[in-house]
Amino acid sequence: MSWLGVFAIIGGVVALMVFAGVLGMFTFVGRDPGDAALAPPEADDGPGRLLVLMTTLGGGGMMAIAAVVIVLGGLDALIVAGGLLALFAFLSVVVLALTYMERKVLGRVQQRLGPMRVGPWGLLQPIADAIKLITKEDITPSWVDKGVYWLAPVAFFIPTFLIWLVIPFASGWVIRDLDLGLLYIIAFSVLAIAGLFMAGWGSANKYGFLGSLRAIAQLISYEIPIIVVALTIAMLTGSLNLSSIVEAQGSVPYIALQPFGFVLFLIGGLAEIGRTPFDIYHAESEVMGGPFVEYSGAHWAIFYLAEYVNTFLVGVLVALLFLSGWVGPVLPGVLWFFIKVFAVVTVIFWFRGTFPRLRIDQLMALGWKALIPLAFVNFVLTAFAVFYHWPGWTMTLMGLGLLLAFGYLVNARFTAPGRRPTVRMIPAKELRGA
Amino acid sequence: MTQARQLQSLDMMVNMGPQHPSTHGVFRMVLWLDGEEVVDVEPHIGYLHRGSEKLAEDELYPQIITLFDRMDYVGNFNSELAFCMAVEKLMSVEVPERPQYLRIILCELNRISSHMLFYGTMGLDAGAMTPVMFGFRERERIQRLFEATSGARMMHNYFRIGGIKEEPPPDFKQRVAGVLGELDAGIDQCDKLLTYNEVYLMRTKDVGRISGKEALELGLTGPSLRASGVPYDVRVYEPYSLYNRFQFDIPVGNNGDVWDRYAVRVAEMRESVKIIRQALEQMPDGGPLVAQGVRRIPRPPKGETYLATESPRGELGVFIVSDGGDKPYRLKVRPPSFVNLQSLRPMLRNSYVADAVMILGSLDIILGEVDR
Repeated sequence: MSWLGVFAIIGGVVALMVFAGVLGMFTFVGRDPGDAALAPPEADDGPGRLLVLMTTLGGGGMMAIAAVVIVLGGLDALIVAGGLLALFAFLSVVVLALTYMERKVLGRVQQRLGPMRVGPWGLLQPIADAIKLITKEDITPSWVDKGVYWLAPVAFFIPTFLIWLVIPFASGWVIRDLDLGLLYIIAFSVLAIAGLFMAGWGSANKYGFLGSLRAIAQLISYEIPIIVVALTIAMLTGSLNLSSIVEAQGSVPYIALQPFGFVLFLIGGLAEIGRTPFDIYHAESEVMGGPFVEYSGAHWAIFYLAEYVNTFLVGVLVALLFLSGWVGPVLPGVLWFFIKVFAVVTVIFWFRGTFPRLRIDQLMALGWKALIPLAFVNFVLTAFAVFYHWPGWTMTLMGLGLLLAFGYLVNARFTAPGRRPTVRMIPAKELRGA
Repeated sequence: MTQARQLQSLDMMVNMGPQHPSTHGVFRMVLWLDGEEVVDVEPHIGYLHRGSEKLAEDELYPQIITLFDRMDYVGNFNSELAFCMAVEKLMSVEVPERPQYLRIILCELNRISSHMLFYGTMGLDAGAMTPVMFGFRERERIQRLFEATSGARMMHNYFRIGGIKEEPPPDFKQRVAGVLGELDAGIDQCDKLLTYNEVYLMRTKDVGRISGKEALELGLTGPSLRASGVPYDVRVYEPYSLYNRFQFDIPVGNNGDVWDRYAVRVAEMRESVKIIRQALEQMPDGGPLVAQGVRRIPRPPKGETYLATESPRGELGVFIVSDGGDKPYRLKVRPPSFVNLQSLRPMLRNSYVADAVMILGSLDIILGEVDR
């Protein structure tokens, strides 16, 4: 039965994509984004902002849920639909918490307080932000392709949201415990790229277009190391089921066996969600928000929501695959799970306070020349260890060795004493004589 | 649509600015892009043109100081100094030592605060959020001192032809010494955060390179020229005021890339601290604040003069033609930002979009000064 559910959901999303794509095709043949700006604006002020919010959120959600209900029917479908609704509520709260947390962590890094005015310690700030975003005027520029432009947030949000169908929060706390859970997650995270491209293309803005092209290049290349690392984990466990992966780890989390895989997965995950130092596709100082540049109000809020849900997802996946999920002493499992997730998410926010951003060509070079080969080396070494039943510590040593090699390469390339640039100091006295 | 049009790959023209977060004001770059690569660039200026030079012809000499405040609005004291010294040179006025030292202290502090702003925006251009917070924290210490001294945070109008406006607060020396102590730690912290960050090195090393010869040909001055290996500093080559009395080093870069332009400025902040320390030690405690015999509305003798100073951005020169009246007949400014901007095109060719932002940032232009 769960198999049918998966097909139904995939079918629903693909249908949505195809619909949006076809709509885009018909409108954009022979039209380039630059010329569109010169066309006289049409007299159309679009629907009201609340209506837009309802159509995007409600319409998109309904389509997906309807697809599930139609194919499956009966009690099972209702459980999935109810679970999705509960998940949506849960994730909204999580996103509110994450925005607050990010601003507090960044404030801490930057020697300031972060939000302090709305509510005690600024605790109500995210709610104020949410109200502001929803009530803000939703501007639709006159030159955009309305269909693609309005569907893009939905096409971006739905796949990222549906991933959560298979995520276990504790033993048994999962809507659909799929045996192919890991594969399902990877497949759906790729689907979200279409939404980004629709946003960039549909808004007919050069910065948006540039940003969405960057997004495609970046997200597709960084899928590969992530998949290879996920395969390594699957090989260790012998299963793609997330619950069995956690159970297989037990008290020895895979970070101990796969230290290098952990680092690769974290780097790849950061690139996949477009966070510092890989926030290239919405770099404010270059492409001014990239695909989202023309969006405002509720539409922008949906992108924002999806981005933070993705950040949370990386934390969850790292916790599940490498930090043995909900396993831990004394405290209940769910609590352990969230402690681990938020620890990873804090590290992600901490990066944002520390690192500058890479350039797109450097990002591609890092992905294709460093991460992908190293991920395969790690995969092959682990395969040997698994096949010949070497003890666990050999894997740890190999992982640490790879990690050291990686660190050494970065150091030798950039910051080794011979490579690091310097400034000469010429005393003014010498120059005065000359 | 013809077959040829379909197969042709067109360069994309992108208007970067005047409303773009990283053009450092109202500057517009028309970029022609081939994918991510910059094929050509055409800078457009003039969005902040206020006609300062023409306005100056209709203002009394002391009133022009306020116009100079608004030219380089990040290095206000340095702008004021250039104008005041040019008029003093025209009138052959000998300025007493105490105001000279005070001017140097304030100008060097202003250089640090200007470079701190550069440091912050450089971080922002590179995509790092924290440097701007650290930079502004250090700036704030200096701004408070300026406010206490001149009464204003930006448009000070504190220097006068022949001296300064009024006595600084009685605890000026202690306050400056205190700020210097905090700056030492602050500059070190900023340096540690960004300078040798691997990602930052990736983004800045060998980006926007320009050789010393080419830089000289383009008229580059200031830290941007010194980054290309030419140790030219007006404070040393044509020492003005009392700069001959101080011991300090001139930081010089080796490659002339964005990193060098950044690192030279960071090193310069430390040198400025050194200069201020020496000036505080040498400064007399009492004495006149304005030169003797300078009238409230000066009328310089007929003639013309050019005087160059080292502003945070480079050689800031003022050319004044006087017809003996109380207003200049003609006033011309050599703004370092405007001249430095000429090197944008050769630096930008065959770089990436992301580099364009970094290279523009590394020139540290102030649009108020470019457009005047």
